[in-house]
Formats: sequence, structure tokens, C-alpha cells
Amino acid sequence: MDVLYSSRPLWAVLVSMIAAFLILATGEKNRNIRESWTIMAALAKFLIVFSMVPVILQGKVIEYTIVTFYPGLLLQFRVDAFGMLFGVIASSLWIATSFYSIGYVRGLNEHAQTRYFFAFAMCLSSTIGIAFSANLLTFLVFYEILTIATYPLVIHKESNEGIMGGRKYLAYTLTAGCVLLFAIAMIYYMTGTLDFKAGGFMTGSGSSTVLIMLFAMLIFGFGVKAGIMPMHEWLPTAMVAPTPVSALLHAVAVVKAGVFGCLRVILYVFGPGLLHDLGIWLIMAYIASFTVVVAGFLALGQDHLKRRLAFSTINNLALIVVGAALLTKSSMTGGIIHMANHAFMKITLFFCAGALHVKMHKDYVSQLDGIGRQMPLTMGAFAIAAIGLSGIPPMSGFISKWFLCLGALEANQIIFLFVFMTSAMLDVAFFFPIIYNSFFKKPLDDVAPHFDEAPMFMVIPLVITALLSIVFGIVPDAFFRFFSLTSLAVQNIMGVG
Amino acid sequence: MADQFAALIIVVPLIASIFVPVIGWWKKRLCYPWVVAVLVIPLISSLSVLNTVMTTGKFSYRLGGWAPPWGIEYMLDHLSAFVLVIVSSISLIVAIYSKKSVEDNLPEKTVPFYTLFLLLVTGLMGIVITGDVFNLFVFLEISALSCYALIAIGEEGAPMATFNYIIIGTIGACFYLLGIGYLYIATGSLNMADLANILPDLYHSKVILVAFAFFTVGLAIKAGLFPMHVWLPDAYCAAPSAVSALIAPLMTKVAAYVMIRIMFTVFQPHFSVEIVPVFVILGWLSVFAIFWGGIKALAQTDLKRMLVYIVVAEVGYIVIGVSVANRMGLTGAILHIMNDAVMMACLFLVVGAVLYKTGTRDIHQLRHLNKKMPFTMAAFTITALSMVGIPPACGFFSKWYLILGTIEAGQWVWAAALLCSSLINAVLFFRVIECAYLKPMEPAYAHNGGETTHEEIQRDEAPLTMLVPIVIMAAGVILLGIFSGKIISSVIQFAVPASF
Repeated sequence: MDVLYSSRPLWAVLVSMIAAFLILATGEKNRNIRESWTIMAALAKFLIVFSMVPVILQGKVIEYTIVTFYPGLLLQFRVDAFGMLFGVIASSLWIATSFYSIGYVRGLNEHAQTRYFFAFAMCLSSTIGIAFSANLLTFLVFYEILTIATYPLVIHKESNEGIMGGRKYLAYTLTAGCVLLFAIAMIYYMTGTLDFKAGGFMTGSGSSTVLIMLFAMLIFGFGVKAGIMPMHEWLPTAMVAPTPVSALLHAVAVVKAGVFGCLRVILYVFGPGLLHDLGIWLIMAYIASFTVVVAGFLALGQDHLKRRLAFSTINNLALIVVGAALLTKSSMTGGIIHMANHAFMKITLFFCAGALHVKMHKDYVSQLDGIGRQMPLTMGAFAIAAIGLSGIPPMSGFISKWFLCLGALEANQIIFLFVFMTSAMLDVAFFFPIIYNSFFKKPLDDVAPHFDEAPMFMVIPLVITALLSIVFGIVPDAFFRFFSLTSLAVQNIMGVG
Repeated sequence: MADQFAALIIVVPLIASIFVPVIGWWKKRLCYPWVVAVLVIPLISSLSVLNTVMTTGKFSYRLGGWAPPWGIEYMLDHLSAFVLVIVSSISLIVAIYSKKSVEDNLPEKTVPFYTLFLLLVTGLMGIVITGDVFNLFVFLEISALSCYALIAIGEEGAPMATFNYIIIGTIGACFYLLGIGYLYIATGSLNMADLANILPDLYHSKVILVAFAFFTVGLAIKAGLFPMHVWLPDAYCAAPSAVSALIAPLMTKVAAYVMIRIMFTVFQPHFSVEIVPVFVILGWLSVFAIFWGGIKALAQTDLKRMLVYIVVAEVGYIVIGVSVANRMGLTGAILHIMNDAVMMACLFLVVGAVLYKTGTRDIHQLRHLNKKMPFTMAAFTITALSMVGIPPACGFFSKWYLILGTIEAGQWVWAAALLCSSLINAVLFFRVIECAYLKPMEPAYAHNGGETTHEEIQRDEAPLTMLVPIVIMAAGVILLGIFSGKIISSVIQFAVPASF
């Protein structure tokens, strides 16, 4: 594989870190300047990330070494197709979220806005770092930074609930970090390398008991952020954070970093071949399927809109992991492309929830009767994304569900076909009542019967992401080349494994 | 010329300490600039020594031109030069910092304070630089005696704490001295290099075994290793801010350095590993130290007391790294000597600054500190994250090598203790961060007065002489993390015994 040495990955990471300190230096007094740093960093980051796509699609990788600690132990970026996919998702959605955030925090007149934007920029920096990590150590470094950078956002409200949510978040993620540290140190001791390699590098490096234990530890460590049951508990609690945080971090960046880690472990550390030999892929798939179904049922019972979305997130993240764990070409394609599709749809849903909160101060599903007449754009976008997540064409969710189902058949595991179907059914069950109530029920007293939308800063981003999820359903390769990147990643993995 | 730097490191602060009373008698306020100016010289000298060692390898300096093994020899290799740089830089930083703290707490005792301060620094650097086990004892006592006096001028309860420290510290020194005596009886030599040559033939002699045991216990007391740590919390906590900031990072680390010196230079590594099971004992003691220190720290509401117990736990980290007795573990231990010195210095400096500005060390009284002292608290947060082991701060990297060492040694419980310790640290420090940065949780701290939180909080940052050292240390925490690979490849890997 051709390697191109370039510092672009480093700049992609640094640009928002620099912006974070500029934000801190600018402060509350010049809020327009402060916000312009965010916007500029978001655009610059996206351009830098996106400028690497053509190179990656030619089958090359971009490499940049930051520092070498020890032979085989270094901080290094290597941009491959899979990392590129995640990088493009995170950086493109940051632009949308930046605009949306400005509308949100100003609409609510939030306190500590400087801290908020600072932490947000740091989060994005570490997310891109995660996406471009060349090895487990670099991954861990950025993963831990992400943990810490998210904390101020989770506790943003500084209410008792927020602080408790923050504590729970730290308890889960820092424990996971310790387990990861141990597992990674162990892998380094056993193999002398930590570099991700398509198809895995662990084959034959230890007895199967040790390998299974290491696999379990790594999946535990990354699974916490990915919300795989029973490590999901922090995620609904963290919904106390402001909605843009939930939108970008708890639907895209942080949880996706967890899923991304799981997939890296499954496909790039252990690899399909080794997992088949160890026979743990099926167990992995069953555990994740359990999460898919149970999270779906739990979502049904939530009246708080954001909590319902949180459980839907858990459900979808587990779907991605099932896709990877089935280890067939189609299921991997489905899982990886679902990272992108889910990101766009779920961020739309959260944006809608935030718009409802800012405009109407409504947080509960039961309060949404007839609200579609007042806020047709918001609820229309909500409907599109919800339908998409249920896997109905022409929305992009259909594409991923289709590949996942194909993958279940390829793996000769019919039971997973039922898991995917049940999940789609549950999606319908917990989303459609919201759509029905908001459009077809008689409005509540405080709902204006005429058009009265949330601030434009919020509505435009959510309309765009909703439209994009239709576009990706019809042309999966549009604009961001998600489909090409996915198939290239799968090709790399299968080519070896 | 270059080789004279070795002597300057000791001679300059020693002589200068005698001049402090003279200067103080003439003009009291000149003591501070004098001490700061004087301490620049050891820093420059030790940097130059480190540079020489890195380019030309280790060398020795014969004090007064007397040839070893009769004369006193200064031994400058990668390990001692490295620790010298740490000691000299941190003592300079603390000296700069001491101005306001001394003016505020000890206006009457400025002159004795600075005299003893220089003596303490001399002692610490002497311990590190010397290549003679008896000379080491002398420096150990210089540093200990000046340290007792410095602690005793601290707050209420300091004399009692010092008394405890004197008793136990003296016992420790006696053990060490007995060890020297036994070695001298058996070999007739006090020079480390000479001893290292003579000893291997005597490894199975009972005298040598007993001497080794005395060394181990004596140094464990000096390092404050559990369960010989009982003197440490009270003494460090009662000391004046500037003193705690100097001794907490350095005293225990220097004792750990001597431990590495005795076990791997004076004795061959294979003696310490194979003939005596000392490392199994020390390793398990460290595990207890980590948990005991962590749990006791959890029970404190006084910020400084909490840090002091963390010092106890951190000693455990270093001794675990020594005890696994392999390359990775010892790399981690030496790296952690540096990292922990910087982190602890930063934390104690912050506590001193907070005490100076707000008059309290109670964790629950720290609210709004992020607005009052934003830079100080930012430094505190960075260091706290480093203690938790969040990369790229330096704490992560020493933890990483320590864990690699325990894995290589197959000591799973030790690895688990290190990991648990980061979680305990997370609880400890996030508790403080929550108190300082966030609104208090409503019912729990309502007794702190129910004033509205919307009042405008004025920025009231620590004076520059305090803030600059704090910020330098915090920057160090990050930079040492990022450049840890460079430090290991250019210095530490040569400091680890070649047989590993």
C-alpha cells in the first residue's frame, strides 16, 4: 500500500485545539469573535479532512509520526479509508453543530458559554485524533482526552442531576480507560507492536485463553463509550447535557468513537480470521444483538424525548457492532456505512429535540401533540430522520439495514435477520407515535396553530442534515464519498483476512 | 572547567547558606534574591553535567584530588545527573515561589528559613551526587536536620509532628549507618564503585545480607514507604507552604534514588533479585502503600493533607517500578521520580497559593476559585489530570511503563493496584475540581452560606512570584509527557542497569 507522508492529519487535529485556546482567550466579552473562531475552525477542519479523501480513494494511506517513545511505541497518525470515513462524519457534522450550538446557547442564554465552546472544540480535536490514529496507543491517548474534554459538557448545567451525570460518566469511562491501558500494555508486551493492520495482527501471539481475555477487555473498554449493554447506563444519564452536546457527542463523536474502537479491535487488531478461529465472533454478535433488542424495548418506555433518543442510539450502535461481528463482507459494509447514516439521522433527531426545547421548552414525548403545525420544518425533519432510522427507503437507513440483512444471510445466521427486523419494528414503534401525535393530533393549548419556528440558526442545520439523509439513501456515494470509503475499507480487511 | 561543575553543585549552595545570616543581618530583604541567584548556579551546573554525561558517558569527580577509594568521589552517571537536574530545578522554582509565602507566614524567621533552605538543597543534591556511601549518610543527615527545623517553624502542631519525624527519621538514618558499618567491616571500603567490585565474592556472607536488610529498612523509612510512612503525613502537612513544596516532591524521591543506587549499583542487580527476596516484600508493601495512601486521602477534607497521603501512594508507584526489577519497570520508576516530583511540586505550590489568597485549605471552601484564580486552578486541573493518568500529561507515561514492567514480571496484582490507584486519584481530584469549578450541590453544602451565586466574582490571582512557578510547573507536566520518549531514549535507558 502506498504511503504518503504529510502533516495534514496533524493539522486536522490541531486546528480545533488552537481554536479552543483562542476561544478561551477571547472570552465572553467578545462573543461574536469567539463564535467566529468556532465556525472558522469547523470549516478549516472539514476542508483539511476532506482534502485527504481523494488520496485515500486512490488506495493510499497518509502517515505522520508525532513522536516515538520506544521501538514500536509511537504517537502516529495513519489515515486509512475507515478512519477517513469517521473523520469526514465528525468534521462535517461539526459545522452543522457549530451553527446550531450558537442558536441554542443564545436562544437559552446559557451560562459559561466560553467553557462550552472550548470543551466542544477540544472534543472535536480528540475525535479526529481518534479517527486518524495509527495504533492503539495513539488511539488511547486521544480516547482519554476525549473522555476528559466531554466532562465539562456533561456537567454544563451544574445542577445536581448534571453533576451526578458527570460523575457517572467519569466512573464508567475512566474505568474503561484503565482496562484499556492494561489490555494495550499487554498486547504491546506480547507482540511488540500496536499498529492497526487491516485483517488484524494478533494471530498466533498467545494462547487462545489470553487472546479471548484481551478481546473481552478491549471490547469492554471501547464498549463503554459505545453503550453496549450492560455498560450503557451512563449514556441516558448524560442526556442532561445541552442538546447540541447530546447531538454531536452522544450521537456522533463520543459514542461513535467507542464503536469505532470496537470495530478497530474486531477488524484491525484481532481480524476476522483470528476471531473465527477463537469462535468468539458469534458470542460478540449475540451480546450486541441483546443490546439491540433490549435498548429498543427500553426506548419504548421513555417519555423524555432525549432519553428515548439515547436508547435509540444505544440500539443503533449495537447494530453497527453486530454488523462487524458477523464478519462477512456485506455485514461489515452495512455496519460501517451505518456509522455515517446513523450519524446524520440521529443528529437530526437531536437537533429537533433541541429546537423543541428552545422554542417551546418541551422535553417530553407526551407534550408534542399537534406541534407539527407550529413547527413543520422541525417536525418534518424529525419525521424524515425517524423514518430513515426505521430502515424505510428512500432514506439512508435502508441502505445500511439492507446490507446488514444480507450479511446475516451470508453468515448463515438467520437469527440475526430477525434481530434486524425486530429492531426496525421497534424503531417504528417508538418513533411513529411521535410523528403521528405531532402532525395529526389536536394541538395542545399552548401550541400556536400557525407557523412559528425555532431560530434559523437551529432550523437550517437540522433541515440540511435531514435532506442529506434522504440524499444518502438515494445516492449513498454523494458528496462525502461514504460508500466508496466503506467499500475500500471492507476491501482492505477482506483482502487480508 | 566542565568537570568542576560537579563540585559547584554542592559547594555553591553550602557556602552561600553561611552567607545568608550575614546578608540578613545587613539587609533582610536581600536574602530572597541572594538565594534565588545562588540556586541558579547548581541548575546550570547540573544541566552542564547532564550534557557532559550524555555526550561522553559517566565520569567521576575526586573531591580535593584524593584518589578513591580513600578520598570522596562524586559519581556522575546518567541516573545521578538526571536526578540532580530534577532536584536543582525544583528547588530553584520553589525558591522563587517562597517570597510571598515567607513574608506572609514567617516574617520574623526569614533569615533562618533561607539558611536552612539552602542547607536542605545542598543535602539533597549531595545525596544524589556522591559516590561514597558514608558521605551519602552525611548529606542525608544534613538534609534531614535542616528539614526538621524547617518543618518545625510551620503551623500549629508542627513541633509535635517534627518530633515524631526526628525520632523515626533518626532511626532510619541509624539503620542506614549500621548498614554502612557492616559493609565497612566486611570490605574495608566505603566507595560505591569499589564496593561493587568487592561485594560479589561476599554475597553469601551473613554480614552482607544483614547490611542489605539494614539499608532496605533505613531507606524505606526515609522514603516513607508503607508501613514506615507514619511520620510523613503530619510532618509534611504542618510545614510552611514553601517547605512542603520543596520536601514533598524531593525528599521521598531522593530516598527512592538512593534505594535504586544501593540495590543496583552497590549491589549487583542479580543479588537484589535472586539472593534476597526483598523485591517481593517491597512490591507488596507498595501495593498496600498505594491503597492505604489512596484511602486515607479520600477521607481528608483538607486539601494539603489529601496531597500528603497521595505522596504516600506515589512512593508506592516508584517502589513497585523498582521491585519488578526489569527494564520497563525501572524505566517507569525513574521516569516517575521526575514526573511525580514535578506534579507534586505543582500541586503543593497551588495549595500554598490558595492558602495565601483565601486563607483556607478546606476542599469545600474552594467554590468560585476558577473565577478568582483561573490560572492557578487551570494548573491544578492539568496536574490533577496528569495524576489520574490522562495523556498527554506526564503521569500517563510513567504509569504506562510501570504497567508494562508489572506485566513483564507477571505481577498482576501490582498492575491492578496501579490501575486502581488512577481511579482513586480520579475520585480524589474530581472531587476538588467539582468544588472549585461548579456550583455546590444544593442540599449537601447549604451550610456554606446561602448567598446567591450570581454575584460578580472578582479575579484575585496569586502574586506573580507564586503564579509564574505554578504555570512553569504545569507547562512542565504537559511538556515532560510529550517529550518523555526523548527523555527515555537519551537519558533513562542508560540509567537502567545494563544487565536488564
